[in-house]
This record gives sequence, C-alpha cells and structure tokens, in this order.
Amino acid sequence: MKRTVPLFITGLVGALLIVSYYVPHPPFDSVERKIPDYFNIIAAFAFILGGGNLLRIHLTRISRRDHEWLYSVVTVTGFLVMLVLGLLKMTGAEGSAFGVQANLDLADARLLYDWLYRAIFVPCQATMFSLLAFFVASASYRAFRAKTPEATVLLLAAFVILVGRTPVGHLITAWMPEPFSDYFHIPNLSAWLMSFPNTAGQRTIQIGIALGIISNSLRLILGVERSHLGGSD
Amino acid sequence: MVTFFRKLGALDRRWIFLFIAVSVIIPLIVQRPAPVPPSPIVRTLFDAVEALPTGSRVMLSLDYGPSTAPENDPMSMAVARHCLSRDLKLYLLTIWATGPPLITNLLEEVVEADFPEKIYGEDFVNLGYKVGNQGLIQSLTSDFKGQYTADAGWGDENPSRPTSQIPMMDPIRTVGDADLIIAIGSGKPGVKEWVQFAGDPTGVPVGGGVTAVEAPLLYPYYNAGQLEGLMGGLLGAAEYEALLTENYPQFSEQAQEALIRMFPQTVAHLVIVLFVIIGNISFFVLRRAERKR
Repeated sequence: MKRTVPLFITGLVGALLIVSYYVPHPPFDSVERKIPDYFNIIAAFAFILGGGNLLRIHLTRISRRDHEWLYSVVTVTGFLVMLVLGLLKMTGAEGSAFGVQANLDLADARLLYDWLYRAIFVPCQATMFSLLAFFVASASYRAFRAKTPEATVLLLAAFVILVGRTPVGHLITAWMPEPFSDYFHIPNLSAWLMSFPNTAGQRTIQIGIALGIISNSLRLILGVERSHLGGSD
Repeated sequence: MVTFFRKLGALDRRWIFLFIAVSVIIPLIVQRPAPVPPSPIVRTLFDAVEALPTGSRVMLSLDYGPSTAPENDPMSMAVARHCLSRDLKLYLLTIWATGPPLITNLLEEVVEADFPEKIYGEDFVNLGYKVGNQGLIQSLTSDFKGQYTADAGWGDENPSRPTSQIPMMDPIRTVGDADLIIAIGSGKPGVKEWVQFAGDPTGVPVGGGVTAVEAPLLYPYYNAGQLEGLMGGLLGAAEYEALLTENYPQFSEQAQEALIRMFPQTVAHLVIVLFVIIGNISFFVLRRAERKR
C-alpha cells in the first residue's frame, strides 16, 4: 500500500497533465493552469525540508566531532544568522535587527542582513568564482596540446574563441580585404563557430536530453521507474 | 635545449597563477575602457528595446548571484538605463533567491543616480523574489497577480504593498501582457526557462544576457528565432554598453563598467593564449627529440 498509492498518484497526475496539454478545453485547461501553483507551493516547502536536512546533517557532525566539524559550526551559524535576520527583515522596522539599531558605519546598507550579504556573502562567492580564472589558465596550458588531429581541432577552436572574445581579435585581422574578412576575420570566425558547429552540437545534446526526459517520464508514469519512492527498487 | 623545454613543459602552475594575477591586476588599476565593436547578436537585443514604443512594458529578471555579478550586473544596468531613458515601464523581478539584493543595488546605481524623476509604481516596480523556478514562470502565463500579490518595495518611501494598488500593474494579467522579457542569468532557471515557459507559449519576445560559459547553450534558441538577441559574457555586456553610449551619450560616464573590465579580460586571454603556444612549442620540441632518439 505504501508503494501502490504513490505510484497510482504519480501515474494519474502524469497522465492528466499529458491529456491537459493536448486537450485545451474544460475541465483539462484549468488543470494545466492550476498544477504549476501546486508545484510552487511544494517548492516553497522544499526550502523548509532543505533547511531541516542541512541542520540535521551538520548538527550530527558537530555532536560527533567528525572530521572538520568546525566547518559545520560555520555553516550552521551562517544559516541561522541569515535565517533569523531575513525573517526579522521581513517583519521588523527598517534599520533594526533583533530590535537593536544597526549603528555600524555602513555606507549603503541599512540593515545588518544587507550588510552581511554585501560584506561576507558577495566577497566569498566572488572569490570562489574568481579562482576559476587561475585554474582555467593552468588547465589550458596543460590540456590544449596538439597531440592528435582531434586535439588540434579543439586547440584551434579554443584559440579562435579566446581571441575572438576580445577586441584584439578584431584588431589583428581588421586589415583583411573582403571577401576574406567575411570568413577569416577572427570575430566572424568566432561567431561562425558559435552559430554553426556549436549550435549543431548543442541541438544534438538537447534532443538527446529531451528524448531521455520523455523516456524517463513514461517510466515514472507507468510505474517502471520507482527510485523516487526511495528504497532499492 | 631539450632540458629547457622539458622544464617549460612541466612549468609549475604557480608561475601561471602569478602571470594571470599580474595580467588582471595591472589593467584593473589602469581602468581603461577597451574598444568593443558590437556584434549582430547584441545589436539585435539593443534594437528590440529601441523599437519599443514609449510606455511599453519590459520585464527584467535578474536570475543570478553575486558570483557572476561582475559579468551580469553591467548587462542589467545597461538594459535598465536603456529602458528608462526610452520611458519604458520596467518590471524588476528575480527567480533566484540571491537576486533581491542585486535588484536593490540596480535601483540605487541606476534609478536613484540617473533617473531620480522616475516614480516608483508608475515607471518601475520591484516585484522581488518568488520561489518556484520554471513552475513560477509557467504560472505567470495564466495569472500574474495571483503569484505576485504584493511587490517587494524599495526603501522607506516605497514599502511593500498589494500589486492591486500599483498603477503600472493594472494592465498586467499574465506575463503575455509584457512587450519584452529580458532575462539576465547565469544558470538554471534562467534565460532558457524564460524562453521555454514564457516566451514560446505567449509569443512575447525574450532577450537575454548570460555568462560566457552559458552563452553557447543558448545559440540554438537565437538561431531558431526564439531569442531576441543575447549578451554573452562580459564582452556581450561591453557591446551593449558601447551601443548605449553611442546612441545615448549622456551615459558615456556611467555605462563603462563592462568596457573597463574588458581590458583585464583581454590581457588575461592573451596571456592564456601565450601559455598555450609555449606549451605546444615545448610539446613539439620534446616529441621531435624523442623521435630522434
């Protein structure tokens, strides 16, 4: 019963949504309008579930003094502080948090929440993302070697895109006369690579993904796929 | 000679890190805007905004977080400046939880600084963040105000209030009542979801701006005519700024962020290209030496 009822609900709702898409008449048209509302409500509850799960995992790690448990302390503290301030921000008066005036010398942040967002969250995220530049440079140096014909094609494409995404690409081939510039001017070459080989590749991937989604959806509706119910089968 | 190239081939990556750091820091200090000729894909988006009659409704969705703000913020700000200078109605929203402070930042840097005469609720509105991802976008095609029962407000003067009391929300029943949707994003949900769940079902044109890594994924939508122009990465933002400053010289001082940041990006790209060339020279010299042996 614990598995049959959820399977029945999944199959029924899935089939109903397919019918409502192809039959845009009452009562099916309202189904297509209303179901996304339920999705949104469930998505809101997923935040509570996610928050609860995060607390459960990290509090367990702290209580057991697991490996690198101090990071969990930082995670839990950050989560709770932002949660409480965010809730107070929604209901509290401007410029106060916990009923205490945020009297720090903050040029453009009137609330502690905004200040924490701008002074901690923004620099931390920016730092993490900026580090990519160093790793991309290092990886490019090691990976872009013309070892095989395929690797050479990749190398040439990378070269065109890297230079084509800068004003230098425009400058170094600006002297080219027409009709050569239509094909070999680096920004045009870069745009061609993005518009044709890239589009062809992306479309192939997207069509593959779409077929995979259709197949998986049918498996879910027909009850063949049961992993979403938990357990091993 | 071979020893030299062997050492070069196995160059300690900290040297690469050092070169990249220097190549970014020095141009950042110099603060010089790079000359950027606009590409057709960005010009399409600019022309789409330019073609809208006064009073048209533009939804600007800021679907990104602080990590990609250096790439995405100049896009949002250039589009907002363009829309407001053409007296278009600007509806600001976000489907990313990290988005609301970015909207506040945009309001401070663009509206407060450049358009103090614009009235909240009549010329622009901050609808804030709503949960639901693509489910939310789909809901907007049938009932906009059912999802956005209240706005997010802005500052002390404009506290949150029901959308039924906001004049510029009167004609909005569904997202189909917008004249143009512009999504600035850096992942999922983002531009692709706005195309799939709002643009295609309602027929409202969708334009976008995304990070450089995401831009290749969206070219199929642009080539199929489902996307009304696209700003790809910092270069896309710089191209839009170049078009904006060319057509609206009053923004020649403000709309420079991406143009200035293009300079360090250009130098960094050239350094990477240089390292790739050095790496390949080293590779070929060593291979030749091995074959001789």
